[in-house]
Amino acid sequence: MMKWLEHIGEQIFSLITEMGRVITFLIQTLRWSVSRPFYVKNLLKQMEVIGVDSIPVVLTTALSTGMVLALQSYTGFKRFGAESLIGTVVSLSMTRELGPVLTGLMVAGRAGAAMAAELGTMKVTEQIDALETLATNPMKYLVVPRFLASTVMMFFLTILGMVIGISGGYFVGVKVLGTNPVTYINQSINNTEVKDIWFGLIKALVFGAVVGLIGSYKGFNTEGGAEGVGKATTGAVVVSCMLILILDYFLSALLW
Amino acid sequence: MSMIEVSDLHKSFGRQQVLRGVNLTVEQGESMTVIGGSGSGKSVLLKHIIGLLFPDKGTVVVDGLKLNGLDQHGLNEARKKFGMLFQMAALFDSLSVWENVGFSLKQHTKLSAKEIRAVATEKLALVGLKGIEDKMPAELSGGMKKRVGLARAIAINPAIILYDEPTTGLDPISADAINDLIIDLRKKLGVTSVAITHDMHSAYKISDRIAMLYKGQILEVGTPDQIRQTADPIVRQFITGSAVGPITAD
Ligand SMILES: Nc1ncnc2c1ncn2[C@@H]1O[C@H](COP(=O)(O)OP(=O)(O)O)[C@@H](O)[C@H]1O
Ligand SMILES: [Mg+2]
Repeated sequence: MMKWLEHIGEQIFSLITEMGRVITFLIQTLRWSVSRPFYVKNLLKQMEVIGVDSIPVVLTTALSTGMVLALQSYTGFKRFGAESLIGTVVSLSMTRELGPVLTGLMVAGRAGAAMAAELGTMKVTEQIDALETLATNPMKYLVVPRFLASTVMMFFLTILGMVIGISGGYFVGVKVLGTNPVTYINQSINNTEVKDIWFGLIKALVFGAVVGLIGSYKGFNTEGGAEGVGKATTGAVVVSCMLILILDYFLSALLW
Repeated sequence: MSMIEVSDLHKSFGRQQVLRGVNLTVEQGESMTVIGGSGSGKSVLLKHIIGLLFPDKGTVVVDGLKLNGLDQHGLNEARKKFGMLFQMAALFDSLSVWENVGFSLKQHTKLSAKEIRAVATEKLALVGLKGIEDKMPAELSGGMKKRVGLARAIAINPAIILYDEPTTGLDPISADAINDLIIDLRKKLGVTSVAITHDMHSAYKISDRIAMLYKGQILEVGTPDQIRQTADPIVRQFITGSAVGPITAD
């Protein structure tokens, strides 16, 4: 019994120290983000790797979600004659919730994993030490571009996800299930406020920062060769997905 | 004044005490080699000399400058005195050979890409490589990677070159070519160098003095001849590569 409590205590202690380290890492990243030199070329490269290359997965996920959402809510709403509300359900869910969350999870799985793997490999092959010996700050050269690119690109990918998801919903609602297009559009527009879109996009910025931060942190703290790189990669995906889901709740509660 | 002065250097990782009071001085223009078994803390010592790690206790003074206590800027300025060749070369995977070699020129000078490439070509020639400027690190053999790593280390004409196991992982012929290169560079550039290795052939060949690191301290320092004739049973066992003696394999 004592052993067991001790074990729990140790786990909680190490979780807290780890959180402390992540926060320190975040503060350093923010501090290095605003001082010279700026590695613009690295930033653009990361925007391409994280943003442009994530477009296909984000498109597929958002499209399928929007379509399924329309289909499922039709089945439900038809039972009490409220088919006209499909548009509202799809656009509210896509903007406030599913657009940012699904985009966040997809980018975490794709770009966050790649980031941890790349930086982890650089760590275990001493490339990060080499950068330092060449009088170049690795946080600035490697982490800042990834953090900023991930935050900014998540914003735009989420806009894309919202638009595609809503279009998918419209296609299923109107073309497949045959609800009235004018009502569908009116219902969507009247019940979705600009504020809903902004809430979704604020979430997107936070999720983007999470993916960039955790991917870089896990990469930079990789130890123990190829096996360590594997662990860092899985760790980055698991932790950023968990954080996205947890923060999603708190942001939803905070942003009305 | 010595170029490098390590005094009473202590370093632990968690509960593991790696360095327990290392004292070592390296004179200007000297070639010092630290020998010791795998995991004895040679790389840790080298990383203290270039300010990648900092002492728990003790000091590292390079060219009159104490490394612990410098801010990021001061540290970066101090690092420009150094070139370091890493054990696995540590070339940047995403950059071509000439971009690797010219990396610090790009970061710290206003030279154009064309000028940097010209310097890279010149440094590559110094390490005996030609026509590979546009290759990527993944296309190179282990020996070639080390040469490129060396070209990168000398790109900004450092006063001190650090070598982390320069011959480990190479076939005997490539290894000896690296030894010759280290000697040759020292003649041409007049640099101070510190190498760490467990390859005795290499240590005898490239060093003015050899120091043996054992259990976190420097056990003996001497010229290659003095080390060959050591009276210390531990040093003797290490240099003759015998499994029988006071050092036990783990
Ligand atoms: N950054 C670090 N964190 C924790 N332990 C380390 C670190 N660097 C080295 N060590 C440990 O210190 C010991 C000495 O390592 P090292 O100096 O690399 O040995 P070697 O003499 O083979 O170069 C090893 O046991 C290693 O695990
Ligand atoms: Mg080593």
